Amino acid sequence: MTALDERRASPQRPRPRPAAVPAPRRRDRSLRGWVRRGGLVTLLFAAPMIFVFTVYSWWPILQSLWMSFQKTNLITYQFVGLDNFVNVLTDPVLGRAVVNTLYFALLALIFGFPLPIFMAVLMSEVKRLKGFYSALAYLPVVVPPVVAILLWQFFYKASPTGVFNTVLGWVGIPPQPWIQDAVQAMPSLVLEATWAGAGGSIIIYLAALLSVPPELYDAAEVDGASIWHKIWHVTLPQLRGVIFIMLILQVIATAQVFLEPFLFTGGGPNNSTVTVLLLIYRYAFENSLGGKYGEATALSVMLALFLAAASFLYFKATQKWSTD
Amino acid sequence: MSTTLKVPRPRGRRPAESREPDVERGILSLHDRRRRPVRAGQVASHVFLMVGLVVVGLGPLLWLGKAAISTTQDTIQQPFALWPSGIDWANLEQAWVEVEVGKYFFNTIALAAGQWVIGLIVATTGAYVLSILRPAYARVLEAAVLATLFVPSVVLLVPLFITVARPAFGPSLLNTFLGVWLPTAANAFNIIVVKRFFDSLPREVFEAARTDGAGPVRMFVSLVLPMSKPIVGVVSVFIIIASLKDYLWPKLVLPDPAVQPLGVRLPNIQSQTELDVTLAALAISTIIPVVLFLLFQRVFLRGAGLGGAVKG
Repeated sequence: MTALDERRASPQRPRPRPAAVPAPRRRDRSLRGWVRRGGLVTLLFAAPMIFVFTVYSWWPILQSLWMSFQKTNLITYQFVGLDNFVNVLTDPVLGRAVVNTLYFALLALIFGFPLPIFMAVLMSEVKRLKGFYSALAYLPVVVPPVVAILLWQFFYKASPTGVFNTVLGWVGIPPQPWIQDAVQAMPSLVLEATWAGAGGSIIIYLAALLSVPPELYDAAEVDGASIWHKIWHVTLPQLRGVIFIMLILQVIATAQVFLEPFLFTGGGPNNSTVTVLLLIYRYAFENSLGGKYGEATALSVMLALFLAAASFLYFKATQKWSTD
Repeated sequence: MSTTLKVPRPRGRRPAESREPDVERGILSLHDRRRRPVRAGQVASHVFLMVGLVVVGLGPLLWLGKAAISTTQDTIQQPFALWPSGIDWANLEQAWVEVEVGKYFFNTIALAAGQWVIGLIVATTGAYVLSILRPAYARVLEAAVLATLFVPSVVLLVPLFITVARPAFGPSLLNTFLGVWLPTAANAFNIIVVKRFFDSLPREVFEAARTDGAGPVRMFVSLVLPMSKPIVGVVSVFIIIASLKDYLWPKLVLPDPAVQPLGVRLPNIQSQTELDVTLAALAISTIIPVVLFLLFQRVFLRGAGLGGAVKG
């Protein structure tokens, strides 16, 4: 404020500024000066963050780059060049895992992607009970995934008295094998994952719907738009930013799918649900001959490059579309 | 979905909504709402949402609650019948005492509590440095923290496990809660959410406090923290729910059953115990997150719905 006043006054009465203000004391560049200016306290405030990120984020990241070229039993390390990558890429299960992961991602897009948008649009238009519906929709999201999967594993029991087979029996459909069948296993996993995840997406879309400017609907009505026209030409285009972001987030999440195949089927039957992350886990932690940590890291690095590209897209998209 | 970045925006029912429907209109206009087919559609939507969400959202949990106090025979043979051979309360006691669910339950709480405290300390102090204190190295720090958002946790699985199991200095953190608490505190997402909130606090207050001679510590404790209750609530929910939902990392770091949380134990319990007791254990481990959700519903939904957007 004062600086501004002075500047405004200066045209009329130019004042030699250095003379009016006492010469500033020279900034003490010594360690004691730094401490006195609060530098040490600031550093102490930053210390927890610096510590956990250095030790548990940056160090492992660098280590993973280094380890993917090593053969190790965690005690001795031996440089093996690109052997780990070659071993991983020539592993016959890898192709299976990649295809399965893509299949999971595709099914998750079909089952799980349009549904939350539809639900959110519907929920945003009913005026009463919105909070109650949101809470119900979000409830599965807070259930720990382990509980959800073990529970659904029981629901998927293949006997005619299994929970889902009982329901199918009500409408005259014969009992299904669900997760015990190589064809049905993956869709069953995706069904559970959709149940567990849709609520979160619904809430995000609901929030996004609030930010659609009402004037756009007014304008559309002036032009004689019907309800469907408004949804198709106003609502969905206004949501496209969020929809794209959710798409990328879902790709990132499904590329890392692990818990469903791990707990539901262990990758079976007949490797029909082995995913990339499950393969990484098997290399490192489920090997009777000792962990293939190098192979696990090499595959992690390759997956990470793909995911980093997706995350980068996500980041760019959020920057571009979050200008509301 | 954990990498969603959110911009805080107050949400909730506005009182003006009912009085001036034009202000808060959606796809349907007032005129639309008066039309008969639309009204019928509204009723149909309510029925669809009510039935659908109760069956899909609440149904499995209600079923789990029922099965937790049913006999194994009933659950297997007539999964939808309500206690044909009576309520079996003994399941819960058996699970709690014989299967030692009580012990694992305590581990779960201890794990979540520690993760909450450490996570909050790191997120608030870190954001305080990046947003308000802003030393010369703040830009570098911020970039280093932000960059970890692009590194998916998968890559870190093996090297992080090695870092925790065989650290370069100090003892191994295997089978200690610190092995879970510290790595999960390195969460860039939480720091950025808090930082965005701090960025929106009025600078004048801090200038005034500085002029009055308040040091960084004083400012943090008596200004910044009291002003940031809403965001601390949201981040608390993020951390605690993440802790309760986590499985793989605690499973790797805590191989000793004595220190494992209930979630990690459940698959073992399932393979070693009778079905009715297993279902009782599943029900018990659902209680904490569901009760937390019911108590702090608005914080949960605010946290979940804050947009899915990062402002760069």
